[in-house]
Amino acid sequence: MNNIITTDRLDLYYGAFQALINVGLNVEQNKITALIGPSGCGKSTLLRVFNRMNDLIEGVRTTGSVKVGGEEILGPGVDLVSLRKKVGMVFQRPNPFPLTIYENVVYGLRIHGEKDRKVLDQAVEKSLSSVLLFADLKDKLSSNALSLSLEQQQRLCIARLLAVLPEVLLMDEPCSALDPLATMRIEELMLELKKRYTIVIVTHNMQQAARISDECGFMLLGELVEFGPTKRIFTAPKDKRTEDYITGRFG
Amino acid sequence: MKRPFEYIIEKLVLLSGIASIVFVVLIFAFLLKEGLSLFANESVFAFLFGRNWYPISDPPQFGILPLILGSLLVTFGAIVIAVPLGLAAAIYVAEIAPLWLRDILKSGIELLAAIPSIVLGFIGIVTLAPFLKTIFNLPSGLTALAGSIMLAFMAMPTIVSIIEDSIVSVPKNYKEGSLALGATRWQTIYRVTLPAASSGILAAIMLGIGRVVGETMAVLMITGNAAVMPVSFLQPVRTLTATIAAEMGEAVGGSGHYYALFAIGIVLFVISFIINLLADMFLHRGRGRKRR
Ligand SMILES: Nc1ncnc2c1ncn2[C@@H]1O[C@H](COP(=O)(O)OP(=O)(O)O)[C@@H](O)[C@H]1O
Ligand SMILES: [Mg+2]
Repeated sequence: MNNIITTDRLDLYYGAFQALINVGLNVEQNKITALIGPSGCGKSTLLRVFNRMNDLIEGVRTTGSVKVGGEEILGPGVDLVSLRKKVGMVFQRPNPFPLTIYENVVYGLRIHGEKDRKVLDQAVEKSLSSVLLFADLKDKLSSNALSLSLEQQQRLCIARLLAVLPEVLLMDEPCSALDPLATMRIEELMLELKKRYTIVIVTHNMQQAARISDECGFMLLGELVEFGPTKRIFTAPKDKRTEDYITGRFG
Repeated sequence: MKRPFEYIIEKLVLLSGIASIVFVVLIFAFLLKEGLSLFANESVFAFLFGRNWYPISDPPQFGILPLILGSLLVTFGAIVIAVPLGLAAAIYVAEIAPLWLRDILKSGIELLAAIPSIVLGFIGIVTLAPFLKTIFNLPSGLTALAGSIMLAFMAMPTIVSIIEDSIVSVPKNYKEGSLALGATRWQTIYRVTLPAASSGILAAIMLGIGRVVGETMAVLMITGNAAVMPVSFLQPVRTLTATIAAEMGEAVGGSGHYYALFAIGIVLFVISFIINLLADMFLHRGRGRKRR
């Protein structure tokens, strides 16, 4: 077992409100880890701890320990640029920049100082190929990314991450803006991507978690109630609350 | 059944709406009628491109090229000063300043907008002009540069508040996407936020230009008022607006001079119309894109 993210006694407060309570989990390399739970239970908050995106919100306080690749990422001295390169994030609503498709993909490389046109061109081809967009888009790389379909936009957002060679992909309900067919295709893509990356996905869709994840955590009111192999969570939950949730006996 | 009070209010609002349109049309018609009379004995070309504005010599010459260039020069200078400053201020207010400071700055900017231009002009005459005179060692500080600086201050509030608006309305998820890729705050502003707000920024610049071109009293006071072909920022110039303001009082009704001033009015009208049109276009282009 090779843990790439480990949290220990993680608490997070939005001002006086405690959104995460004593969360401890291990995310294994090259697995898909799903976080499920009712809306408002803290899934997004937990995900945003892993790349320190909560730093953007005023009044957030995080305590405990979170290690990525063995290194502590909480605390003031952490290099956020390299953390966020290593741990990329895909958002709920596809959010390509209002730039060309090409510029979207190379955005991360450019901000990290890459100027060599050849390197950028190669990254575009490689990243778009990884998300199965290259064949469709290779002749329209200079069109505006906002002209793409939502599914293509979400794939582009994934490609944009892959270009900076991350190790972990955080996905916050990446399919919630997509139709069922597009959702299925993105799920296939995730299964493909986990060969090379570690994926943590937040989803409110239990079937999705059951279909694609290897490990699964159930959250409720800021607590990680139960965490373990997906199959076991769905067939033999240990906690009564987990059972209620997955059997649908829950609000 | 509508209450009579509401009925009356509704009709009054309608009436004032119509009235404002009627006024605009009447003003424009009057402007055209008086202004176009000039061209009975004067060619449009000689008017627009003549290099001499001698309205009361005999025979008079109504070449407004020096005035057009004066306006252009002063406007250009003002924009060169106001846009970078305004952009920087807007970025600071929208993205960087802590909340409490943001409110103070915004009211400060509104306060600047509330200063009557004549007061700014007056302050310019007693402080800015002597200052320029000393540092550039000029015979007089009343120059195009002085006008540009004063006008830059006048255009700043418009520019800052429109740019600030358009920066704030850039969807938050663009910024998050950029930061999540490891971009710094500056990289995000420079590479994502500003491009996404570009139509608002262009509109702000156009409206700033509109404000500057149409300004009269301050430039009248501070540019030195010499209707000569401008060659430098450090010489006195005369703008289109200042010419009308300075000379309308002494122009004999029905004379060529009088008509020429109205013709200048038409030129100004056309310029502001085009500027407003462009600003509008930029603003709408921006909205259209965001909705898609
Ligand atoms: N910026 C914020 N400020 C204050 N409270 C927040 C903020 N973001 C989320 N919360 C609260 O934290 C809790 C968890 O939110 P979130 O992580 O978004 O839940 P989930 O993703 O599971 O729906 C919710 O109760 C929510 O109201
Ligand atoms: Mg959420």
